[in-house]
Amino acid sequence: MRKLKDKNKKSAKKSQRDEEIMKKKRKKAKRSKNKEYTIISYFFVVIFISLIGYMVYFNVVKREDVISSPYNTRQNQLADRITRGKILSSDGQTLAYTETDEEGNETRVYPYGNKFAHVVGYDCNGKNGIEALANFSLMSSHNNYIEQVKNEILENKNPGDSVVTTLNTKLQEAAYNALGSYNGAVVVLDPKTGAVLVSVSKPDFNPNTVEADWDTLVNDSANSSLLNRATQGAYPPGSIFKVVDALAYLREHGTIDGFSYNCKGSITVDDHKIPCFGGEVHGSEDFTKAFAKSCNTAFTQIGLDLGAEKLQKTAESLLFNSKLPIPLEYNKSKFELGKAPGNPLLMQTAIGQGNTLVSPMHMAMITSAIANDGKLMKPYYIEKVETVSGQTVETTKPSVYKELMSEEEAGVLKTLMEEVVKSGTATKLSGESYSAAGKTGSAEYTGSDGKIKTHSWFIGFSNVEDPDLAIAVIAEGAGTGSKVAVPVAHQVFNSFYYN
Amino acid sequence: MLNLIIELSKYLLLILIVLYTFESFTVFKYEDDYDKRYILRKQLLLIVFLDFTAFLVIFLKTEKVEIIYLFGALLLYLIVVQALYRIFYKKASILLLNHMCMLLSIGFIMLSRLAPESAIRQFAIVAAATVIAMVIPIMIKKMYFLKNWTWFYAALGLGLLLIVLIFGKNVNGAKINIDLGFFVFQPSEFVKIIFVFFVASRLYRKSATFRDHVITTIIAAVYVLTLVLSRDLGSAVVFFITYVVMLYVATKKPFYLFAGLGSGCAAAVIAYFLFSHVRQRVVAWKAPFSVYEGAGFQIVQGLFAIGAGGWFGMGLCQGSPEMIPFVKQDYMFAAICEELGGLFAICLILICMSMFLLVVNISLRIKKRFYKLIALGLGTEYAFQVFLTIGGVSKFIPMTGITLPLVSYGGSSVLSTIIMLAIIQGLYILREDEDEEIERQK
Repeated sequence: MRKLKDKNKKSAKKSQRDEEIMKKKRKKAKRSKNKEYTIISYFFVVIFISLIGYMVYFNVVKREDVISSPYNTRQNQLADRITRGKILSSDGQTLAYTETDEEGNETRVYPYGNKFAHVVGYDCNGKNGIEALANFSLMSSHNNYIEQVKNEILENKNPGDSVVTTLNTKLQEAAYNALGSYNGAVVVLDPKTGAVLVSVSKPDFNPNTVEADWDTLVNDSANSSLLNRATQGAYPPGSIFKVVDALAYLREHGTIDGFSYNCKGSITVDDHKIPCFGGEVHGSEDFTKAFAKSCNTAFTQIGLDLGAEKLQKTAESLLFNSKLPIPLEYNKSKFELGKAPGNPLLMQTAIGQGNTLVSPMHMAMITSAIANDGKLMKPYYIEKVETVSGQTVETTKPSVYKELMSEEEAGVLKTLMEEVVKSGTATKLSGESYSAAGKTGSAEYTGSDGKIKTHSWFIGFSNVEDPDLAIAVIAEGAGTGSKVAVPVAHQVFNSFYYN
Repeated sequence: MLNLIIELSKYLLLILIVLYTFESFTVFKYEDDYDKRYILRKQLLLIVFLDFTAFLVIFLKTEKVEIIYLFGALLLYLIVVQALYRIFYKKASILLLNHMCMLLSIGFIMLSRLAPESAIRQFAIVAAATVIAMVIPIMIKKMYFLKNWTWFYAALGLGLLLIVLIFGKNVNGAKINIDLGFFVFQPSEFVKIIFVFFVASRLYRKSATFRDHVITTIIAAVYVLTLVLSRDLGSAVVFFITYVVMLYVATKKPFYLFAGLGSGCAAAVIAYFLFSHVRQRVVAWKAPFSVYEGAGFQIVQGLFAIGAGGWFGMGLCQGSPEMIPFVKQDYMFAAICEELGGLFAICLILICMSMFLLVVNISLRIKKRFYKLIALGLGTEYAFQVFLTIGGVSKFIPMTGITLPLVSYGGSSVLSTIIMLAIIQGLYILREDEDEEIERQK
């Protein structure tokens, strides 16, 4: 009896097992039959998920960049709900605000008038400067939510966010006044962060009346007052280009020691003669002295020895001929030499003439990189965005854009530039409680009247051990660098350290 | 005050569509018919509530009487179409029907906000199309000879495409439409359906030889080439992908899938070098800001719209989608992103995906290979078209200028999509009948 039960059990088990096997087989057959469907379904699910992934990516990563494009005029549609926010300086002064009269008419007011005209820009005729750059923030409101709801119910406009710039009114005014009646530009950067502290451009215009003056301003091609020379100017660099030569020499030889040259006041190659400025004869000199005295003949020889290719390579490593990380409209700096330029052009290029064109902003950036141990910080104009009641909405974090040179290379250039102040062409900056370093430039150009004139250039930085300010000054047709540009830098430095 | 209502309404609309989307995926979990029906009814309520909220906001903002009429008409449409299917086609897929209603609703909301006159016109077409499409499921059931009309399909489809190529109206460089006076007819939308019938009738036989496949492939290639010559790139890509998918599923040879996709990539590269209009699209895709004044303008405006919307949108009637050229036709998705928000748009993508999976599922369960392939082909066309338009608008892939089915404005597009869905309903009903027969035999 028991045996029988066992047998039954066994057979039951067996049939159960058989059934399971059959089931599995069937399942397998079914799966293989539907394999194509599974693949196609997965394929399309992946496609749909990647669409969603892209939407998420767009909103998280790309959105800010896209909507803050100056082409974007959508935010202006909110003008009937939001009062444009204020633009403030880093020292708490108001650079632009909107005034509403009793009838609700709005006027944009710029208390500092011409002084900040280009960099702050204007909110009409297509917008410009920080008004265009920060348009999205100025037309957005992150005001307290209850306040916003209250305003909506009362049908009042909500106040747009305030944009706190990196600009410093004290320094900007010092630079503006120092440049005086000269056309040109002054740019000051904080070399450690990239914050733009000063951006002056002359000739200027009055942003309070720019709409009314528009036709005159646009047609005035002799002055081009609307052009922001700080970023859009394109000038021959003159002797400030010797910084590039020095770096190229350093990269070729590894050191500046052992260099010697005997300056006879001029150098002639292929019938092309380059004299030292003012016909001066510098005699026997080492690299430091040649740089400090801005000896044209020595640097012409250095340029000839290095050759076009190495100069080009060094210039391009300093962002000539390439995009610059400047958020406002700018012009690229140009360095065109070609592989076999011929000696005359090579000689001219070595002393910063030839086809080379630079913007003051770019020169300030290179200077700031030298001051900051070779690292170029990304320049920025907007320190933070705040609500109308002063709560921070977002802050710009300083970031390294690129290491333009090694720390050692920057150290050598620093020493060279220090000597320019101690014993060279910028001694007017010496004898202060702060130290300074720099390089002057006197760039020749042919004026509109056909006469040869000279742009006055200076690039440099203050407090050499722990640099505070990096500056670039250009005064158009003003004469030598020592005569005009150095004193301008001097006044800006003084206002930073003494007042 | 009104702004506040609009502000709140956008969150309400988002919640409604999130619930709807969630349920369109969970409904599969329920085995019990009663639970399923409950959820599907709830979905319908969500659609009606969504329409009500949206149209109320649009009316308050625009104060146009047409908006009320449009809402009334839409509500009537929803009731009638749901009732008709429940009465005449008890076995139809209600989820598919709900999805159609939802997508049509979103389209009508945006269209009423952008251009009420267009919404009225679109409504007339949708209503007519739905009535016509009501007979299709019966036709599918009765007309078992459909699978023998292979050469009729081939000739009809190609003929229509050739007519467009020769006589078509040139719109922005592309020949897509034929102006019939009262109706601008876009044949490629209908050829899409005919093409699937042609390919299915060629491939459904298991006895089909390699030679048969070669002939079919050649004819399919002629279709695609004609579309490329008409510069209807979007349709060309849709036809191509659909053919590759159908061929792969019919033959079960992975080689065909890879060879198809590979030759597709090669053809795209050749087209890039051969046709300037293809290159133009690629440039506008890679760097739209560099050609802002020209080919990039539409893309950049679309991106501004999507960016302005962010996650939650500006609220209905609060954005400026009308700044985008052809927003009603090609850029509806950007308008949705701008006013209803990125999260709403993601739900829309998920609903489209659910629709595709549903169609694949239907195809999977059909026994007859001819019908199986048709369902799969139509589903593929739908899914890939959604991908092309949404991907193009969001700059994920180059823009091909194709509509978002059921949502975009365009008579031919909505008419052909409604017909497509009716065919799929017909096949679904057929499958249910088959199942019942099997049950009875047991």
